[in-house]
Amino acid sequence: MGLAKRIIPCLDVDNGRVVKGVQFVDIRDAGDPVEVAKRYNEQGADEITFLDITASSDDRETTVHMVEAIAAEVFIPLTVGGGIRTCEDIRRMLNAGADKVGINTAAVFNPEFVREAAERFGSQCIVVAIDAKKVSAEGEPDKWEIFTHGGRKPTGLDAVEWAKKMVDLGAGEILLTSMDRDGTKNGFDLGVTRAISEAVHVPVIASGGVGNLQHLVEGVTEGKADAVLAASIFHFGEYSIQEAKETMQAAGIEMRL
Amino acid sequence: MSTQTKSIVAVIDYGMGNLHSVAKALEHAADENTEIVVTSDPAVIDAADRVLLPGVGAIRDCIAEMKAQGLVPAIQKAMAEKPFMAICVGIQSLMAHSEENGGVDCLNHFDGNALFFGNNHKDVDGTKLKVPHMGWNQVTQTMNHPLWEGIESGARFYFVHSYYVVAGNKDEVAGTCNYGHDFCVALARDNVFAVQFHPEKSHKDGLQLYKNFIHWDGKP
Repeated sequence: MGLAKRIIPCLDVDNGRVVKGVQFVDIRDAGDPVEVAKRYNEQGADEITFLDITASSDDRETTVHMVEAIAAEVFIPLTVGGGIRTCEDIRRMLNAGADKVGINTAAVFNPEFVREAAERFGSQCIVVAIDAKKVSAEGEPDKWEIFTHGGRKPTGLDAVEWAKKMVDLGAGEILLTSMDRDGTKNGFDLGVTRAISEAVHVPVIASGGVGNLQHLVEGVTEGKADAVLAASIFHFGEYSIQEAKETMQAAGIEMRL
Repeated sequence: MSTQTKSIVAVIDYGMGNLHSVAKALEHAADENTEIVVTSDPAVIDAADRVLLPGVGAIRDCIAEMKAQGLVPAIQKAMAEKPFMAICVGIQSLMAHSEENGGVDCLNHFDGNALFFGNNHKDVDGTKLKVPHMGWNQVTQTMNHPLWEGIESGARFYFVHSYYVVAGNKDEVAGTCNYGHDFCVALARDNVFAVQFHPEKSHKDGLQLYKNFIHWDGKP
């Protein structure tokens, strides 16, 4: 008996539709975000992450309405990320019904924003999203760096040190995405997941690269993640949340079934 | 006089932010004879049939806001006379004291204190446990209570907190959970019921708990 590990389906939303993911060249339409969220809720998802990847900020209003619609019908935790740059952005999303907000690029350019947000809204609702890439060559000690702009721009920041700094500033949770793995379906980068999970005292969500259910198991058993996030394996009916949970439970992981 | 009036559930808004999900979940659990009102008006709280005290954020700000808005007498009066439920930081605010924010005196409805899990929290086998305690954990019911009706002992509810309640009177503990050690997650005395978890984020069992509250007559 104890705390269950979480499965979090992620909705990458572009112009009001769920799409396959940022890294994919051929973006496939996976449906209406509200309908998709309701389906995952019924299937037993432990949380839902809504990632607004709309390039322009024009459609932020659409996002607010969608978050409201999801929160009115889905009674599990909802995290909203993408384009969160100010306390006003956070306030709007929380008022629309989000339980947590994901801060990504804004934290890199202005780390104090994380402190300000945590002090104002509480650490429990501040998730810092970290996009990491391996920068060490083969044979060298492992080293991962923070990248921005969808993994294109290096920042020179060490990923593990960065995660610790974000927690010190007030992050209540870390959403870690491996930019090497995102979209590959080759599984999580277990090295960076474990390094960060062991370095911080807050929960870590592993993201990027899930192609099958065994990858979810490894994220917890080897990556030491507290939660696992996946998108495309659930969107197109390859696997249901329930199947994923049963597989993880069969592997000895405590789950909410 | 009107013939049929709606039963009112007042959700106390003391300026600590988002009550959207609490209100939506209560509406979802309610029938057509129940109205959910989010309010910071002591008169509305006083006139309500049932009162729910949510809690978000840090305890010092919670207690300070309750006091600044003159809500403490209305909360105490409601706890003395009608079905009353507190959730999350709400349960901590009903204790005597919390060690959060360097120590804060609370409303002292329940004997006991809120303590920090610590940033070096460990399981009995030495495994590191993350703080906040975030996610779905099992609640063992330690008391028969109308609010547990239709919910199995051991059902999972959604938690997110770094401080936990230690009850001064074990007879008032209605539910426990284990995270490194057993701790109290539900307290009940007379017409007051308080929980550490978030029913509004706990899917079917959370909605059932709200439904039970909406129909509760306040008798244990």
